Amino acid sequence: MSSHAIDLKALKRDLPGNAAPVRRETCLRMENLNLYYGTAQALHDIQLEIPRQQVTAFIGPSGCGKSSLLRCINRMNDLVDGCRVSGKLLLDGEDVYDRSVDVAALRRRVGMVFQKPNPFPKSIYENVAYGLRIQGINRKRVLDEVVEKALRAAALWEEVKDRLHQSALGMSGGQQQRLVIARTIAVEPEVLLLDEPASALDPISTLKIEELIYELKSRYTIVIVTHNMQQAARVSDMTAFMYMGKLIEFDDTDTLFTNPEKKQTEDYITGRYG
Amino acid sequence: MLNQDSYKQHISGQFNAELDAVKNHLLEMGGLVEQQVARSVECLLSRDSGVAEDVVATDEAVNDLEISIDEEVSRILARRQPAASDLRLVLAIAKVITDLERIGDEASKIARQAIKAAEEGGQTRTFVEIRHIGVHVGDMLRKALDAFARLDVDQAVEVVVADRDVDAEYATAMRSLVTFMMEDPRTIGPVLGQMWALRSLERVGDHAANIAEHVIYLVRGLNVRHVEPDELIAQVEDSETE
Repeated sequence: MSSHAIDLKALKRDLPGNAAPVRRETCLRMENLNLYYGTAQALHDIQLEIPRQQVTAFIGPSGCGKSSLLRCINRMNDLVDGCRVSGKLLLDGEDVYDRSVDVAALRRRVGMVFQKPNPFPKSIYENVAYGLRIQGINRKRVLDEVVEKALRAAALWEEVKDRLHQSALGMSGGQQQRLVIARTIAVEPEVLLLDEPASALDPISTLKIEELIYELKSRYTIVIVTHNMQQAARVSDMTAFMYMGKLIEFDDTDTLFTNPEKKQTEDYITGRYG
Repeated sequence: MLNQDSYKQHISGQFNAELDAVKNHLLEMGGLVEQQVARSVECLLSRDSGVAEDVVATDEAVNDLEISIDEEVSRILARRQPAASDLRLVLAIAKVITDLERIGDEASKIARQAIKAAEEGGQTRTFVEIRHIGVHVGDMLRKALDAFARLDVDQAVEVVVADRDVDAEYATAMRSLVTFMMEDPRTIGPVLGQMWALRSLERVGDHAANIAEHVIYLVRGLNVRHVEPDELIAQVEDSETE
């Protein structure tokens, strides 16, 4: 074969959609998961397998249970009075609702970022170092290294490296949100839960967060809740559509946004819901 | 899952109106192109250069429609970011207008052959094959557009399968025209003209089949291009049970 010949096989393989499907192992598995707030049932019989090191998006109308489901993963719902969970939620095969689970340790493994950036009223440096300090790590050399690494991973280092000891509250909203992400990944979690991480940000900051999500997924399993369907379509590998506390459809994002199987999904993503 | 009313159910009434408008413009363009094909065949058979001139001139309107629908499509993509069946509708329209524009070009070519034949004033008989294939592809085009308007997958499949018959008829017609040229070399000029016209009609059939394939994509989300008819039928039946 001459060196000019086009390798058709390779060309075909490289086309989007033709690559051999990478079936990632499951990181989080939900089996018959039900959630009740008092007598009201918020989640019905959720069956879901969230793949490791991919971005999974939960979409659905307000009140459909997507945030509740996200909060189940790191047991944030424990803080709500009268909240009860049945069924299983397995992280790496271990039930996070097992009695032997240390919730603080679980939340180190499963970090969470909220809609509104919530930096502590401390310096940028101390915000990122916080998680390590409460673990009793105080050696400056270790902290310096971790802070820089986390800020670099959150695409913030270049912007803040000269003012690490200034207050985090002086940063812009988008920077604050990336700082919160840096604080979350400084403790090396396995899973990152993002609850509407960009909905309070301007379009450019939103794109920066989305770019960050793309970069972070090579190391973390990311689960994102978003009201912005285009954002789910842009950032996620898998998408789950929820409605009235039920999981209606869960599929590759490509399939879900071009040819969904269920009519309810179709109506929601095309703006016919209502 | 997809029915004709589904484009009228968006929360945004403006979006409903935009999709409805672009769809109507496409069907309007389809109607015009359909007429162009029928008239081009007619004037070739009747050697009417007046009608033929008109067909050639009307092609400009077809081209204009293609461009304006294309602009509508980009506007909808940019402003509405359609998803799922809406996305497939917009993509299908963008592809169908390309095929329609090409069909318009083929009709123009046939009309030019009619003008040439009229000028030469030849006594060569016109071949029955042209009328026959002309009717056949005109029918395919009408059914393909109809399938688009009614989101009718079965009819679209019928059109794709029919293209196989047109290809066979075209091959037969070519063979018989070659025989004529061998029998009497003086007919070579005019017969070549008819061969070009037949070739154009055969291409119209191909484009009609493409349109039908876009309808299948639109309704079922299936990409059935470059698939043998038997396989295509199997895939379509398969998608139905889902």
